[in-house]
Amino acid sequence: MLSLNMPLSPETIRSLKVGDPVLLSGTMITGRDTVHKWMVDTFIKRTREPQGDDLEVYAAVKPLLEGSVIYHCGPVVSGLDTKQYKFVAAGPTTSIREEPYQGLVMEHFQIRGVIGKGGMGAKTLAACQAVPGVYLHAIGGAASLIAQTVTRVLGVYKYDFGVPEAMWVIEVKDFPVVVTMDSHGGSLHAEVEERSRAALKELLAKA
Amino acid sequence: MPDLTEKILELVRLTSTDLPPDVEAALRRAVEQEAPGSAARGALETIIQNVELSRRNSTPICQDTGTPIFYVYYPAGWSTRQLRQQIEDAVVQATRKSYLRPNSVDSLNGKNSGNNLGGSHFPSIHFTEVEGDALTIELMLKGGGCENVGAQYSLPFGRTAEPAMQAGRDLAGVRKVVLDAVHQAQGQGCAPGILGVAIGGDRGTGYAASKEVLVRKLDDSNPDPQLDALEKRLTEEANGLDIGPMGFGGKTTVLGTKITHLNRLPASFFVSISYMCWAYRRRKMVVQGDQVHYS
Repeated sequence: MLSLNMPLSPETIRSLKVGDPVLLSGTMITGRDTVHKWMVDTFIKRTREPQGDDLEVYAAVKPLLEGSVIYHCGPVVSGLDTKQYKFVAAGPTTSIREEPYQGLVMEHFQIRGVIGKGGMGAKTLAACQAVPGVYLHAIGGAASLIAQTVTRVLGVYKYDFGVPEAMWVIEVKDFPVVVTMDSHGGSLHAEVEERSRAALKELLAKA
Repeated sequence: MPDLTEKILELVRLTSTDLPPDVEAALRRAVEQEAPGSAARGALETIIQNVELSRRNSTPICQDTGTPIFYVYYPAGWSTRQLRQQIEDAVVQATRKSYLRPNSVDSLNGKNSGNNLGGSHFPSIHFTEVEGDALTIELMLKGGGCENVGAQYSLPFGRTAEPAMQAGRDLAGVRKVVLDAVHQAQGQGCAPGILGVAIGGDRGTGYAASKEVLVRKLDDSNPDPQLDALEKRLTEEANGLDIGPMGFGGKTTVLGTKITHLNRLPASFFVSISYMCWAYRRRKMVVQGDQVHYS
């Protein structure tokens, strides 16, 4: 099993292939539905004026994201009252909802890894080739197990998005993932979709 | 009327952190089906480890603790208004104790209520008066990933891109659209899933029934022999699609299929499918006198 430290270099990313199991260590940020839309609307397509602490948050997360990883995750966090945050349960959420945004966000912030579940589509795969980047699949529902690899919560941005939607900056040790989309155009999800489509066609032909 | 808030809190804790034995047994059987060293087997092994860890540490199996759906069967004389209050209090406490993630979001302004309450539909509570003196509460936690891949078909149904997909208003048509839904879902709903299928009803009652049928045990049989045969056939055929655990490819795409049927209008023939993720969290408490039994 490959052990990698974030940030990830372009050479490291290019060496990864679909099917490679990886243990990730270092600093990453969670971000899901609200965050992706906020990033694209406010800083990439600029259809919305920055407001509140938007610009400060942008300045803070930009260097953290560069060369690093965004994790599609809405965790269960304890210590909300005392701000002694601890991740209690933190598996991946379904990634495909970020398909309209992910490629733009990867290119804008130079994000080299996206962790989630279920895989993503053609736009994200193209961004993986361009940036370069990889899609890393975590095991959906393995929330207690993954939370144990989160050694520290370093901070949180956009807490007002709600606990599941906020950007949590976390330090992880040996976070287990599998490469399912690589920077060479390979996608396990596209393969499985195609195979299962052929199997479905045969089943539909039966009475 | 007794105050059951603490007992309901325990029901929530149990449901979120301790996977029911029938589901765990099915997952353990599934591990053996997958090739050693495959991504599918690795995913299932991780799932089993996580189930064990969550039970030991009393932490949520999945961070998406979903929509809490309560089915309450109460004897005559109980106040549903007070029961609702007790359920809501238990849900707030369970959120504070990190058994539940704050999951209730205002659809207009995006604000998370922070305590899993919000309007009269969150949490979701269904009340039915029953005979006898036992109160039964069933709780199901249904996550968003699997909820999003649920589907409703209006038969006859076809796809222009797939001429073989021609589903008419009979069980053969039902079979085709259910297989289509499993294919559409791929791994997005945290496969291996469990399919809740309702034939008939209207758009609202069909979906509601497709969830309620999921309270059945995985290893039971449908009393209707026709539906029982269809349940078994759909499970077997869905597993032939090679979608596999997490959509990695493999032999285990669904753990089971449960079908129910409702009367319909002459003009309508809906097939509603609720996809339940492998983290099939449903538990039951029965209150009789001062005894509370959990299962």
